[in-house]
Amino acid sequence: MTGRLIMREVRRGLSGAAWLPMAFFLIVAAIVPFAIGPDAQLLGRIGGGALWIAALTAALLPIERLVEPDRADGLLDQLALGGTSEEAVAGAKIAGHWLTFGPLLLIAAVPGSVLVGIDGAALARLLVALAIGTPALAALAVAVAALTAGLPRAGALAGLLLLPLAVPLLIFGAAASGVAAGGALQLEAAAALIMVAGAPFVAGAAIRAART
Amino acid sequence: MRLLEANGLALVRGGRLLFERLDLSLEAGDGLRLTGPNGAGKSSLIRLIAGLLRPSAGWIERAEAALADEALALDRELPLGDALAFWDGPRLGEAMTAFDLDRLAAVPVRMLSAGQAKRARLARVMASGAPLWLLDEPINGLDSDGAARLEAAIAGHRTAGGAVVAASHAALSGAWRTLELGR
Repeated sequence: MTGRLIMREVRRGLSGAAWLPMAFFLIVAAIVPFAIGPDAQLLGRIGGGALWIAALTAALLPIERLVEPDRADGLLDQLALGGTSEEAVAGAKIAGHWLTFGPLLLIAAVPGSVLVGIDGAALARLLVALAIGTPALAALAVAVAALTAGLPRAGALAGLLLLPLAVPLLIFGAAASGVAAGGALQLEAAAALIMVAGAPFVAGAAIRAART
Repeated sequence: MRLLEANGLALVRGGRLLFERLDLSLEAGDGLRLTGPNGAGKSSLIRLIAGLLRPSAGWIERAEAALADEALALDRELPLGDALAFWDGPRLGEAMTAFDLDRLAAVPVRMLSAGQAKRARLARVMASGAPLWLLDEPINGLDSDGAARLEAAIAGHRTAGGAVVAASHAALSGAWRTLELGR
């Protein structure tokens, strides 16, 4: 069942709005130079961090379609009745969501890096840091989507929940994208691992709690 | 063979006691019809048996169950046949024929009428091959042909050793034990 769920997430993502976070990411990257000014050196220094903020906000966009439609439509109930645990459902959703979010974001990061004027080795570092960070962003998005499913104004609430939780990822991810060598990337990977490992249990408990 | 056994069930929802000291027991071939006024807890009892709600007191043991409630749980954008196939029921073909859905297999789920969607929900229950069927208002929205098909499906299921719990205001044909909630 888990495999079919992952396929379903990918299908729904690609037939729906998978390109939206990507477009949002690029627009944020494009307005950074307008806000900062055309100083190439300054832009190059803050570019990595700016792209991380863009990635974080882009991760907010899909949250409302991740869990709530399936809860309202009874799909989560039917899965539970069929013997699929809520944690497995959440894990499948994280995997499926990442597949339509992570690679597209990495692709968008290439033109995005041109917009903020980073290239060469810095671009490679940024892509590695984003590749490690996007599974954690997908995991956080699913966990927050499950926590806010069925609540009024869930979209705004999800933003308030997700952004603080993503701070460790942002700190180490942005550091690993910048000039800092060594430790930051490992710490980012550790933070990402904790989020990816913990999110299915948080989301699973939230899905169960939403039934009562 | 015992398919459902519950002892001393109580359920509190929204600060209101819906029922207490409720014992249930269903053997193969049994049918239990839940009646009672709106808000008496029929749907809640069905969700309780399904395991989607926790009892406030008491315990439940049951065989594998399938549920048809008001939620559709089918992907709107898919053709009905593919949407039902997602649930991987071992008796899908048989169930689609039993509820006369074969000619709708290529129609997207979002185009289905309310009655056709109801048939699809019931077909999923039948397709699951689960011995215990939990049906919440199964007759609602069905035309006379659909109702006849439902009753045939229920009769066939009970003859084959299954059991059915149905919350229904309308009478269902065949022999049913009746549990009236909310008295």
